[in-house]
Amino acid sequence: MNPLLAQLLSKGRFRLSVGILLLVVAFAVLGPMLDTRNPLFAVGGRYDPPSANAILGTDVIGNDVFLQLMHGLGTSLKIGLIAGLVATAIGVLIGTLAGFLGGVVDEILMGLTNVVITIPTIVILILLSVALESRTLVSLALIIGVTSWPWTARAIRAQTASLRVREHVDVARLSGAGTFSIILWEILPYMFSYIFMAFVLQLASAILSEAALSLLGLGPDNTISLGKMLQFAIQGEAIRTGAYWAFLPPTLLLTVISFALLLLQSSLDEVFNPRLRRA
Amino acid sequence: MRYALNKAAWYTMAFLAAVVLNYFLPRLIPGNPVDTIVARMAQGGGSEGEARQQIYQTFLKEFGLDRPPLEQFLNYLGNLLRGDLGTSFGNYPAKVADLIAASLPWTVALQLPAILLGWILGNWLGVLAAYRGGWVDRWAFLGFLALSNIPYYCLAILLLYLFSVALPLFPSFGGYAPGTTPHLSLGFVLNVLHHYTLPFLSLVLVLIGGQAVGMRSMAIYELSADYVHYQRSLGVDDRRIVRSIFRNAMLPQITGLALAIGSLVGGALLTEVVFSYPGIGSLLFTAIRQNDYPLIQGITLLVTVAVLAANFIIDLTYGLIDPRVRAAQVGER
Repeated sequence: MNPLLAQLLSKGRFRLSVGILLLVVAFAVLGPMLDTRNPLFAVGGRYDPPSANAILGTDVIGNDVFLQLMHGLGTSLKIGLIAGLVATAIGVLIGTLAGFLGGVVDEILMGLTNVVITIPTIVILILLSVALESRTLVSLALIIGVTSWPWTARAIRAQTASLRVREHVDVARLSGAGTFSIILWEILPYMFSYIFMAFVLQLASAILSEAALSLLGLGPDNTISLGKMLQFAIQGEAIRTGAYWAFLPPTLLLTVISFALLLLQSSLDEVFNPRLRRA
Repeated sequence: MRYALNKAAWYTMAFLAAVVLNYFLPRLIPGNPVDTIVARMAQGGGSEGEARQQIYQTFLKEFGLDRPPLEQFLNYLGNLLRGDLGTSFGNYPAKVADLIAASLPWTVALQLPAILLGWILGNWLGVLAAYRGGWVDRWAFLGFLALSNIPYYCLAILLLYLFSVALPLFPSFGGYAPGTTPHLSLGFVLNVLHHYTLPFLSLVLVLIGGQAVGMRSMAIYELSADYVHYQRSLGVDDRRIVRSIFRNAMLPQITGLALAIGSLVGGALLTEVVFSYPGIGSLLFTAIRQNDYPLIQGITLLVTVAVLAANFIIDLTYGLIDPRVRAAQVGER
């Protein structure tokens, strides 16, 4: 077996986080397959407590909370996945180009990155989602993705700049390879673990961004997500009426996902960045 | 000096970018923005008939739609410079600047003490955990990690439920008892503090976690420094040693404090929403529900300016404190 993989698997933190994430994904993927009812369809009254009819009770308009949790989790994960991929892709593209080409290109790209970094993300998120005619799952994910790439771009640029002076890159350049082929074959493979860790962080922050936007009332239309469940619970006064079943599940699920992704990232970091390990 | 000018230029660009975003995004809505906006507002239960006509005229004039585009933008900039953020749709004819001015003190009073206390306690606990080591450190670290990682609005929801619903120790709503008007008396101040406790606690706890995680790793690094060994060999008592570690590991943490103060306005919008606490967050929440574009724009601009100003000040002081930063920025690049 690959020694890095063996090292990862021997870490309790890694196994715990992967275990939790697998359970979470399984719940979101298998749940709706086993129970095909529509989550946006009322099954009872306002805030019915948990019963055999709805095992996590009903929300403010009588929807089944358990059913909503399955579908909402799916939406949140999809938004996180799309936004994470978009943010990582933009960050890697800008970071590698700036780091590899250097000079004027580097100045312009990093200048752009610094400008985007200093404008608070929540501001751009709010303005973009306000301007949208209708907010779908995909458009919301894209908005989150195009606002959160700068930190990744900065980190990738630093990595690329240090890889650029390696001998195998010089060899490729001397043998006449073009810029893109060098970046693709001589730079990217050497920081794959790094890119993956950046993606994990982006995924976690995108899921939380969706929840924050939804809580402000800017969530995706005509669908349910973890953030929208929280929004309904807060607007419907679930907390103050003591309907714990309506807000605790999404709250705890968000917390668990965020914690598991952080654990995963930190255990990956320790294995791939040996300098961080302490005896 | 060149360093300061260079930085000022970058921040001016970031600020302009933010202003342009702020200006154009609501205008991206297809059609005549004023038509759309007034129509959307009407859907949200706005006013009718003659009143609406009057509102319509106000915004037509404010947006200056009958003028060429460049003049519209310059007009907007001119108004900004005079501190005029336009008129609110949702609370017509209140001025956006006045609405913000009325809410901002609540947000600052909630956030500033929370940030300061969280920062001090977090750093102190971080050093202590690192110094004690062993199982204390292990469990404390796990606790800090958990606190810093729980989304702050989730912690707010949990606290609200636990301590005002399940155990009704604190009020669950607003900044002071409904029906009273703010005035200066012992009773009112106590009432405000009673409402203040939970939102304050939810912010402090998250901050403690975040600061302690950072400080702990800095302090572990300092523990192997010569001065710590030296103090130990002299038999200096623990509290003195902890204090000197604290002082040495603090510089990077000061940046964290400045950044936290900069994101004060925009950092915890949702805390106010969860606790229905008056302030910028609740104002924004209502503005979004009412499609109140001028108010939304005013708030986002305020949040941006606060963050930009904090970053600018940090950059300048770093340049002053550490000549290497200055050289790296001006010389090399």
